[in-house]
Amino acid sequence: MEKKSKLSILTNGIIKENPALVLVLGTCPTLATTSSVTNGVGMGISAAVVLICSNIVISALRKIIPDKVRIPCYIVVIAGFVTVVQLLLQAYVPSLYSSLGLFIPLIVVNCIILGRAEMFANKNSVIDSAMDGIGMGIGFTFALACMGAVRELLGSGTLLGINILAGHIEPMGIFNLAPGGFFTYAVIMALVAYLTKDKSKIKKDFGCGGCAMESTCGGERKELEKLVEKKGEEAC
Amino acid sequence: MENQYYDNLTVSSSPHLVTGLDTRKTMMMVLIALIPSFLVSIYVFGFRVIILTIVCVVASVFFEWGYNKLMKKPQTIGDLSACVTGTILAFNLPSSFPYWMAIIGCFVAIVVVKMLYGGLGRNIANPAIVGRIVLLLSFTTQMTTWPVTRLAATDATTGATPLGLLQAAKGGSVTLPSNMEMFLGFIGGSMGEVSALAILIGGAFLIWKKIISPIIPLTFIGTVFVFAFIYYSIVGGDYSAMHMAIFHICAGGVMLGAFFCATDYVTSPIMPLGKVIFGIGCGVVTMVIRLWCSFPEGVSFAILFMNVLCPLIDNFAIKKFYGGAKKNEK
Repeated sequence: MEKKSKLSILTNGIIKENPALVLVLGTCPTLATTSSVTNGVGMGISAAVVLICSNIVISALRKIIPDKVRIPCYIVVIAGFVTVVQLLLQAYVPSLYSSLGLFIPLIVVNCIILGRAEMFANKNSVIDSAMDGIGMGIGFTFALACMGAVRELLGSGTLLGINILAGHIEPMGIFNLAPGGFFTYAVIMALVAYLTKDKSKIKKDFGCGGCAMESTCGGERKELEKLVEKKGEEAC
Repeated sequence: MENQYYDNLTVSSSPHLVTGLDTRKTMMMVLIALIPSFLVSIYVFGFRVIILTIVCVVASVFFEWGYNKLMKKPQTIGDLSACVTGTILAFNLPSSFPYWMAIIGCFVAIVVVKMLYGGLGRNIANPAIVGRIVLLLSFTTQMTTWPVTRLAATDATTGATPLGLLQAAKGGSVTLPSNMEMFLGFIGGSMGEVSALAILIGGAFLIWKKIISPIIPLTFIGTVFVFAFIYYSIVGGDYSAMHMAIFHICAGGVMLGAFFCATDYVTSPIMPLGKVIFGIGCGVVTMVIRLWCSFPEGVSFAILFMNVLCPLIDNFAIKKFYGGAKKNEK
């Protein structure tokens, strides 16, 4: 892997490889928790904190963790931080805790966090991994905030709980429901693709590079590449 | 579309047949077939029907024109499909529906459902149906506030649809309008769906002109009838099973949906067997939603659901020719 500057690692996650809008990871919390800005940002920050901490720890332990059992090890590390975040939320922002509900424990299996642990933290130094975690965290929070803003404004006529449209224009209830989430997601993704043009193009060498089994697999590279191409979408 | 027939040589399998029928003429026929319902609707709900329909048609055509203009694509408004979408969407709204909300519905129908997928022929669902569903989920209050018919004797400003009455009673006793009233259309409801008779006239015209195949409407309505008959035979109630079965095919959007929405060429199966499956599926989903869900009416959801399943049904219903590829061959 080519050497990258610290800043480029940081900015990488914000637009160019935005986890939610470009890599299309973590779709479930993206759709489920963005019915308002507050919920979206709350979810984004919780996930970001877990991501940064787990990236640092996994990167620090990358030479100790045996390759064959690395996924369970990652899960244990991530689950530890999720529990910390969950207890903190429950203690200090109980309203957010109750509205996010199940999605906080589900951060454990969030694709973004596992994906970054697998793709970045176990190959890079602690500081680089922390930067990557911060960048990805900001990118995820930013994406959720955008979606939350659009959906809250159109769906309930408010922004951050402040009444803006309601009373003047009837809000469109569908944006509070799942279909509205998909509409918003699609439109924002299209917008990002349009704005970044070919900068966020999918890498050509997406074969074994992004594959979870790369280090243990070795042989039959071509077979695997075909398989990955076929199952590209389900791979995550 | 005409250019395809005359300017370019399209080599297709025999029989070669030159026909004057193109998209524009087909759509024109559909518009003509919608006239009886339109007239009944004006008679029942008053002149706001005309304005709302015009608003929907103009908005739909404008959005298609604007999208083509913006994307620098050849103009397609000439095929009149936007007019049909606008009209059917308008027929699915209550006559008191605010105009600007109807325009949002047209935007969803034309831009989101049709043009973003590549225009007429490539949409995965019926535009008017999705437009209606988006409006129903967004503006539930306005979509379910039914103005009273001009023929009603009461002073109330809003009335309930027969299906709404049934839903509100939920097993209790309920006084429903007579089946003759339902059939002629002197009841509350969306603009174009009130009169079963008017829709039947339009549908018969389309079948006579061979614009639509009678398979989907017949299986759709037939399934609703049989389903309702069996259900009310088992459950019982104030009315006889026969009465309720006729009630269910005349009530709500079954007629309009069966003749004008479910038969959309793009989103319904091609082979006869597929059409049968499609019609039965629509009927079953409609009745399940009507009888067991919190929505009083399920026709639009049923059609959308079957639209999405349409490619699968098409694959399943391909005719196996003698000597052709074996089933298990890939």
